[in-house]
Amino acid sequence: MDWLNAIVQGVLLGGLYALFAAGLSLIFGVMRLVNIAHGDFIVLGSYLTLVVVQTLGLNPFVAALIVVPLMALFSYVLQRFLLNPTLGKDLLAPLLVTFGLSIIIQNGLLTLFTADSRRVMAGGIETASVSIGGGLNLGVLPLAMFATAIAVILGLEFIFTRTSLGRAFRATSDDAEIAKLMALDNRHIYAMAMALSAGIVALAGIFLAVRTNFDPSTGPMRLIFGFEAVIIGGLGSLWGTLAGGIVLGVAQTLGALIDPGYQVLAGHLVFFLILILRPRGLFPRMDG
Amino acid sequence: MKPGYTIERATHASRIAGALSLVAIVALIAAPWWAGRANMRLLGEVYAFLALASLWNLLAGFTGLVSVGQQAFVGLGGYALFAAAIFYGVPPLLAVVLSGFVGALIALPLAPILFRLQGAYFAIGTWVAAEVFRLTFAQVSALGGGSGTSLPARIVTDIASTRDAREMIVYWSALALGLGTIAAIYAILRSRAGLALTAIRDSEIASESLGVNIARSKLVLYVVTAALTTMTGALIFLQKLRISPDAAFSVNDWTAYVIFMVVIGGIGTIEGPIVGTLIFFLLRETLSDLGTIYLMLLGAVAILVMLKAPKGLWGLFSSATGITLFPLRRRVVQFDAK
Repeated sequence: MDWLNAIVQGVLLGGLYALFAAGLSLIFGVMRLVNIAHGDFIVLGSYLTLVVVQTLGLNPFVAALIVVPLMALFSYVLQRFLLNPTLGKDLLAPLLVTFGLSIIIQNGLLTLFTADSRRVMAGGIETASVSIGGGLNLGVLPLAMFATAIAVILGLEFIFTRTSLGRAFRATSDDAEIAKLMALDNRHIYAMAMALSAGIVALAGIFLAVRTNFDPSTGPMRLIFGFEAVIIGGLGSLWGTLAGGIVLGVAQTLGALIDPGYQVLAGHLVFFLILILRPRGLFPRMDG
Repeated sequence: MKPGYTIERATHASRIAGALSLVAIVALIAAPWWAGRANMRLLGEVYAFLALASLWNLLAGFTGLVSVGQQAFVGLGGYALFAAAIFYGVPPLLAVVLSGFVGALIALPLAPILFRLQGAYFAIGTWVAAEVFRLTFAQVSALGGGSGTSLPARIVTDIASTRDAREMIVYWSALALGLGTIAAIYAILRSRAGLALTAIRDSEIASESLGVNIARSKLVLYVVTAALTTMTGALIFLQKLRISPDAAFSVNDWTAYVIFMVVIGGIGTIEGPIVGTLIFFLLRETLSDLGTIYLMLLGAVAILVMLKAPKGLWGLFSSATGITLFPLRRRVVQFDAK
């Protein structure tokens, strides 16, 4: 019974990891950029939620109406002025600039909010659960996380296949130079991709803030979980990130069942196992 | 008189620098007689970071293997030293040397797995590996688990019976390791293998078409770097005398700072990391009261350098003056034959 419960909880946790991963996968797909500060963006979203909830007294999920656009705007500007100039040369520049950003965000949050761990209350939803029989209870919050992950992936698929923005994303991804010849403004397209990614990051940040304690140093671990989900699922596949998130989530909850100290370690080991056995991930669609 | 030609690597500047650095090295060896205890500790730290920065630069600057997981080997070195000394009674200085083999043995099977990841994903992969090490050592209760352990007094007094003598020996070991690492890197880069490495740095495709075995060069370099980084880690924790998983595998201490040093100093040159390390410590000693602001400043400076002067401060200086202190390039020099 414990095992079944752990697996079910792990699958739902996978939804959160898919949210971490989707934004990472999106910007890599469009512009081959890996944002080392991705996890710190998520934690930034959590702190932004905290501030909005505390000053306006809103429910954190209503606060999303403010947090998501703010994060998207911030990232648009960041991409336009800081990250676009690093693209195209070599891999070192974007990597080191986002690494620098990661340190700046972490220490900035540390200055503003101290190292104390915080949490955002959501009026009881974080402890509510529904029984599905057989002694299994599903938390309302994990179910909402999972549903959001599916909605985000469906939304991204819709954008990529049905909208002109999505067409522009695919065009610049396939060949940035030719896309420019077709009068696409790459700088704007890249910034839009980063803004979209940051919108997803903001959602992940809100769920993180409600689900667990967070402090300024928790960002890198979120980056790693998102990265593991991307690699396990296979580069370039959106549903793959969900599958990767689920595999990671289940590995962690099963690891925690054996010993709480093994929770994160079990996830890392499964990641390395997949890397050895299936280096291109479970559902590969493109080459790194 | 007809002109003849010869191939030279040494430059005027490099000869002067060579002579000056000999004087500096003699002064540094004599530091226990002119520097106080605090300054000696600081110098010891500088030497360790000199080694770490030069090694990270060798990996990232010459083969494009950008690792944000070198703390895996720093921590491994520390734990190898503590384990060897506590469990097997190995003399600490010998344990520092042996830890290099441990690092190489671990890196050899790890590298092919990590090499399956490209570019930035390789970087994060190395970080995950370091996390695995951290979480694993946190489970080893014989070495203090998550809270860590201190080097027992009887092992510490094993190095030398008095505190002064002990600090002198550790200081000289750090100096030897720092200088030795730079010398080893210079020797590697001037060798046949080094020629291959600089070729890979300039163009992977072109060097492969000329017969450079890129996969093997990268593997060998990764393992050599890992071994030397592990030795540096062992020495760092011999200076600290205390270890814990969070301190041993800290990404900020052993990788973030190191990356900033190399980027600010100038990536892809031997001088760059040296300049970067000196600037880092100069800034730290003057600005560290600022705390977190100082780190934000450092991050901002690194971003600025990466965007505006990707070759770093040494690169700016070198291209403005044409001076190189560790010449790798061969030049054709004309001379008048009698």
